[in-house]
Amino acid sequence: MKPELFARAMKHRLAWPVVTLLILLAVNAAFNPGFLRLEWRDGHLYGSLVDILNRAAPLVLVTLGMTVVIATRGIDISVGAVVAIAGAMAAFLIGGAVDGATTRFPVWVAVAGALALALACGLWNGALVAGVGMQPIIATLILMVAGRGIAQLITNGQIITVYYKPFFFLGGGYLLGLPFSVFIAAAVFLAMYLAATRTALGLFIQAVGINPAAARMAGVRARRLVMGAYAVCGLCAGLAGIIICSNVKSADGNNAGQLLELDAILAVTLGGTLLTGGRFSLVGSVIGALIIQTLTYAIYSLGVPPEINLVVKAVVVFAVMLMQSAEFRATVRSLVLRPAGVRS
Amino acid sequence: MEPVLELTGIAKRFGTIPVLDDVRLRLYPGEVHALMGQNGAGKSTLIKVLTGVFAASAGEMRLEGRAIAPASPLEAQHLGISTVYQEVNLCPNLSVAENVFAGRYPRHGLLQGRRIAWSEVNEQARALLARIGLDIDVTRLLSSYPVAVQQMVAIARALGVQAKVLILDEPTSSLDDDEVRKLFEVLRRLREQGLAILFVTHFLNQVYEISDRITVLRNGGWVGEWPVAQLPAPALISAMLGRELAARSERSAAPEALASGAGPLLEAQGLGQAAQLQPVDMQLRPGEVVGLAGLLGAGRTELARLLFGLESPDRGLLRIAGKAVSFSSPADAIAQGLAMCPEERKTDGVVADLSVRENIALALQARLGTRRFLSPADQAALADRFIAALDIRAADADMPMGLLSGGNQQKALIARWLATEPRLLILDEPTRGVDVAAKQEIMDQVLKLAAGGMAVLFISSEMSEVVRVSHRIVVLRDRRKVGELPGGSSEDDVYAMIAAEHEA
Repeated sequence: MKPELFARAMKHRLAWPVVTLLILLAVNAAFNPGFLRLEWRDGHLYGSLVDILNRAAPLVLVTLGMTVVIATRGIDISVGAVVAIAGAMAAFLIGGAVDGATTRFPVWVAVAGALALALACGLWNGALVAGVGMQPIIATLILMVAGRGIAQLITNGQIITVYYKPFFFLGGGYLLGLPFSVFIAAAVFLAMYLAATRTALGLFIQAVGINPAAARMAGVRARRLVMGAYAVCGLCAGLAGIIICSNVKSADGNNAGQLLELDAILAVTLGGTLLTGGRFSLVGSVIGALIIQTLTYAIYSLGVPPEINLVVKAVVVFAVMLMQSAEFRATVRSLVLRPAGVRS
Repeated sequence: MEPVLELTGIAKRFGTIPVLDDVRLRLYPGEVHALMGQNGAGKSTLIKVLTGVFAASAGEMRLEGRAIAPASPLEAQHLGISTVYQEVNLCPNLSVAENVFAGRYPRHGLLQGRRIAWSEVNEQARALLARIGLDIDVTRLLSSYPVAVQQMVAIARALGVQAKVLILDEPTSSLDDDEVRKLFEVLRRLREQGLAILFVTHFLNQVYEISDRITVLRNGGWVGEWPVAQLPAPALISAMLGRELAARSERSAAPEALASGAGPLLEAQGLGQAAQLQPVDMQLRPGEVVGLAGLLGAGRTELARLLFGLESPDRGLLRIAGKAVSFSSPADAIAQGLAMCPEERKTDGVVADLSVRENIALALQARLGTRRFLSPADQAALADRFIAALDIRAADADMPMGLLSGGNQQKALIARWLATEPRLLILDEPTRGVDVAAKQEIMDQVLKLAAGGMAVLFISSEMSEVVRVSHRIVVLRDRRKVGELPGGSSEDDVYAMIAAEHEA
């Protein structure tokens, strides 16, 4: 690449997230020679990269929903709980029959029921924020805490194990050789991307995020929009919950989606969307989610002892955040490049 | 006498766009110096360079003979250059005293005085405010006082530091006559104390009332510096515009006789809101400009907000084109063909991080709804049309709205509403903070729109403007409608009506 072209490319807002992802992939490849290998076996594509995509799908979904909420100046810390609720609901509707062929309701009813509940959760958050006027972090804190209880209410305090095979397709099946969950995430991304760029929603969301009073004054129905953002966020978390439940073949009201809200917020930030709202990037958020999943994969595959893997993750995240800070880079550049400039 | 502050050859570029070029400024102790220029002339940028918000791209600043280059407003303050900005930059949720001392509280106690001496804070704040003739409860929240008082508090805050230079950026734009008089008393007192005061305003009469010398900027360049006696108003305006002022006959802008017979577009019957506005009856016909006159706090904005669905009336009836309506949000009002340029441009109008193009398209898009999407190309065509029609000075339509000067932001907001092709346009202080030429353009535009059949509700604290453009004037006082005057009434007629009510 020509130097000036490279310099221009690095000015793009997604340049640093992409670079970060590439570095993490390179680190993985360096320590694990088979990392980049892809194999076609039994009509499926196998390999670490496919594995990362598959595992990242729920996080990508939650992150996409979170992006929209953050763009409206909000935040939704209840998504982890909603993941658990949706998983519990899906498992409950499938039922725990052990023969692997009987289900309480058809799969589509289970999915629809879980999504409806997740949507209700999102609308509840939206109503508290846009209707009652609560601070988003407090409003969603309510469901974050209560949601785990609701999930356990549905599962009767037990971990429900499901055996119905067709249900496993959602989180563990393959389509055209790729994990089906990847298609779900891709479809949601595409739908949201089109909504943001081919309809006025993108403009409205940004206007509301930057200056809510001015947006309302200009005729943007800000309340409805914010409500919708939380609803979408709830739906995304619900989908993620169904995928996770199907993938692990059980619903654990207490632990499913634990701390997922923090990973999602982190992914949004890594993708270049500011927590202060306004301008947002769905593509960036997807990259952010992939960064986190790749990092998690690296920690496991490099054999970092489980007791310190959170510390390692924190250090890496810290480093990545510094790298993405323009101010920090400028400081480093002035420290590193100035002597070089003198030499030349 | 040596100037206390001297700027030479100041230049400032944003990227490749030059906004200031070879600008000079001299301030002497004990003078009030007016900085004049049209919107976009570079006044605000110069002040920002002076106060360390922006670094100058070239040039030199000397304070009492020493070269300075403040890197932040705080540093400028420590050097003795204090600023009161056009929009009050204080914290409404802190007390008056806290605002005066925020960031530099008097300390006491152990640990090298880590504890704030609250009693001292309040006492000193009271003393400082007394110095400018304001006696208020300094422990109450700033937001509990009117804007005029907040402005005075901002000045007191600026004085708190040992200031040598005080910069006032349009301090009078939100004050009524009485408050302006009080402010000028304060300025005179400070001038006697040897302070150099740089005063930016769009009110010519105020320039001549208080200033000693005038510096004029135009298109980012320096035009000249004059003692006030040597630059009469017509010469000043010519210097600002860069051309001779065409002798504009008052009649050309005078409202034309209204074709009678048209039914009212808007009709309010006893419309009011408890504690905000006593019931008001009024009508607006297509093609008519109705002026809302009244002093600050008379209820002009309150009435406009009721009409536009920003507040819900709790009594009375509103009809649009004969149909009873009740708006629960501006979106409802916009759907009926209403439009409103708000008084607070920065907080209620401008979406700073969005481009000029997106800002102009926003209201039309909101009216069209989510699915009938104006593509970026549609938006650009729309924006370009209005940028040309209203002579908005923007480097390009994709630059962030926040980078436009105040007057150009105002024009872009008017463009936002004209794009929706409204039946009724409410303009709340459309000429505030806008230079003389742009004021004239805006008023001409209002009359042109009315001639095209649009109804306009024109709100301004400048009585001369209201009188000039209105076919009819609705006079408010103390949140009550006190009467109506026909077009062609004089300013004195309006004041007489306000005063008569006062005596009654």
